Amino acid sequence: MIKRLLPLLAFALLAVLLGLGVLRNSGKDTSAIPSPLVGKPAPAFSLPVLGEPGRLVSNEDLLGEPYLLNVWGSWCPACRDEHPVITELAKSGRIKVVGYDYKDEPEDAQRWLQQFGNPYSLVIADYDGRAALDWGIYGAPETFLVDAQGVIRWKFVGPITPEVVQQQLLPALETLE
Amino acid sequence: MLPELGLVSLALALMLALALSVLPLLGAQRNLGPWMATARPLSYALLAVVSVSYALLTWAFLQHDFSVAYVAQNSNSLLPRAYQVTAVWSAHEGSLLLWLWFLVLWTALVARFSKALPMPVVARVLAVMGMIALGFLAFTLFTSNPFERLLPAVSEGRDMNPLLQDPGMIFHPPLLYTGYVGFAVAFAFAVAALIDGKVDAQWVRWSRPWTNVAWAFLTLGIALGSFWAYYELGWGGWWFWDPVENASFMPWLVGAALLHSQAVTEKRGSFRGWTLLLAIAAFSLSLLGTFLVRSGVLTSVHAFASDPERGMFILAFLVAVIGGSLLLYALRAPKMETGKPFAAASRETFLLANNLLLTAAAAMILLGTLYPLLAEALDLGKISVGPPYFGLLFILLMAPLVALVPFGPLTRWQREDLSQPLRWLAPWAVLAGVVAVITFFAWPHGTAKTAFGLLGAAWVAAGTARFAWQRLKSTSQGQRFTAEMVGMLLAHAGIAVFVAGVFITESTSIEKDVAAKPGQHFELRGHDFHFEGVEKRQGPNYLADHGTVVVRRDGREIATLHPEKRAYAAGGQVMTEAALDGGLTRDLYVALGEPLDANGTWALRLYVKPWIRLIWLGSLLMALGGFVVVFDRRFRRPVAAGVPA
Repeated sequence: MIKRLLPLLAFALLAVLLGLGVLRNSGKDTSAIPSPLVGKPAPAFSLPVLGEPGRLVSNEDLLGEPYLLNVWGSWCPACRDEHPVITELAKSGRIKVVGYDYKDEPEDAQRWLQQFGNPYSLVIADYDGRAALDWGIYGAPETFLVDAQGVIRWKFVGPITPEVVQQQLLPALETLE
Repeated sequence: MLPELGLVSLALALMLALALSVLPLLGAQRNLGPWMATARPLSYALLAVVSVSYALLTWAFLQHDFSVAYVAQNSNSLLPRAYQVTAVWSAHEGSLLLWLWFLVLWTALVARFSKALPMPVVARVLAVMGMIALGFLAFTLFTSNPFERLLPAVSEGRDMNPLLQDPGMIFHPPLLYTGYVGFAVAFAFAVAALIDGKVDAQWVRWSRPWTNVAWAFLTLGIALGSFWAYYELGWGGWWFWDPVENASFMPWLVGAALLHSQAVTEKRGSFRGWTLLLAIAAFSLSLLGTFLVRSGVLTSVHAFASDPERGMFILAFLVAVIGGSLLLYALRAPKMETGKPFAAASRETFLLANNLLLTAAAAMILLGTLYPLLAEALDLGKISVGPPYFGLLFILLMAPLVALVPFGPLTRWQREDLSQPLRWLAPWAVLAGVVAVITFFAWPHGTAKTAFGLLGAAWVAAGTARFAWQRLKSTSQGQRFTAEMVGMLLAHAGIAVFVAGVFITESTSIEKDVAAKPGQHFELRGHDFHFEGVEKRQGPNYLADHGTVVVRRDGREIATLHPEKRAYAAGGQVMTEAALDGGLTRDLYVALGEPLDANGTWALRLYVKPWIRLIWLGSLLMALGGFVVVFDRRFRRPVAAGVPA
């Protein structure tokens, strides 16, 4: 009988472990779309700056100051929708906004920025989307808030609206300040 | 209106599944004929309503109904028609519905093809399938409603994940789900047998064909996924020990153990407890895989949207299904191993070793996949377990298995008679050794790893051929090969081909990143890659940077490759189309990077991958073997034929 209970006991341990895993994930800020990456350090990357293929920026270069990483692409209609909101946010000076040009042709991206304005203090280009896999980026637009220590504090999937800024981003920013 | 109808039919399906899980089971317990007789009609009705629901979701995609949130998130008015159909299963809610549809399809198939079975067995098996469907329906309805409205509707959808817009994506998930869900049948048979309390060889015979088909589909699904990652994602590799891959590989390994264990139980009556446990484990791991992928507990390069609430729900479901069946096992499994005793070097022992090694490999992968979670729970800090762990341990566990494969068919049931098979196999072992030595010295760019791989491959191939030859020689015509044996031979030959492919390609592949000016040459493993340049080219629905690379070998032109960067007008995304010249003996692979200057210099990545096709060829042979076994006449014999001695 004891021997026959072993598989059940092993499974019980496994279930407890999985339960812990789920609880850990759901304990975080539930107002944002939950991301397994929130609360974890931003993934290591080294990507060229848009328009300056020779200049590489890594995650370490961005340490020391919180920043908003906004994933966009010239091909993405929803990015156009959120662009005024991002621009407004960057103008307010509350946070440094870094653009993450995702799977995009550099010329198209630059034309797009000329047309709609460039609110970003820096745009890094992930041409083939490989680094995006580490960020868990599913599509554009997505936005990450990373603190001065390089830890992802908040993530939003989809176009950012003024409501999202008021209800989620600003409170998240306050916890940083 | 139609999406609401889809939701209503899901709710109706929930009622039907509830009825299916209760009525036939009670009928079987109390021996009430009419109650048991509801099992089949309920199964068909369940299939019908879930199909309606699935069809309506597909219709919403075809109609670009962006008032349905799921459609708005995963489609776009410019999405090609074929992908509108496959976009249905490109994210969580739709995949779940597809899973469910396959589950009720298998349930209906079991209902249809179980005429030879006694009614109480049919009733119990279908009831257990109904319970699983009930759990998935509740999950879909309460946490992942695909028909949820998005009001006001948006004018344009966010588009399907561009990575998934590929023909490989059309078949990969359905094959995988068919395999996962197929193990539900073996599971249901095992649980039904446990409820009945009669665990005899008969239930195993009934469930064997289903297990084989499920395993074969899973093999195809995994192989196609691997091939898709290879040629579409452009990573150059074929397996990454990614959590999602592991999630499908664990049930595959346990399923392979189950196939062999079932054969022993059916023929000899031994290993009953094992077979029951493996049948439970194979399906449990399929569910666990779903949990790992869907709950967000683990992050993965495959990560689709994940959600902790869904995680809690699946965990509860997992506890009910797996915990319940294991409890039942603890209470009802046969009191003792009732099979006939067997000697130390009998075929039983070899198959037991097969079972233990495959199960240990699955356990090792489970541990490695969950290790980050375990480390986090115990505050050991962030430790990730990478391919080196999996690769090393997997080879350590599979090497003995490969060494034992030829013995299984050649040894005898029950009796100890190792000297005979050893005499048969000795010359072939020597041959395999010679092959390894020749490989080591003569294979172009070969290493010890190449030699080791070909040693294993030649040994399995020769041992398998030896068995085939023996049947040809010693058995009279007409009964030489049963379908079961042919299936076994094909699958074991598949192992040989697969092992050869893995080791050759892993030890002799080469890749090179270059900055290429037009007209420049690059030499790679005897292949001369001549970069002619990149030009703009208009495709049907995209504008491409169209590169041309001519490959020569010994001065002779052997391939012209056109790697592309495509900017799609629809959706606008940019995709890298690597160019591949595939062949049995080698794949040449060129991917276009980025333009480096205004003079036409581009970053190029060149690969030469010898014999990589053998990996998928071997997998296909294994899957084919799984399918062929089903045609064994024994499985179609009516019940009256009785249990073999």
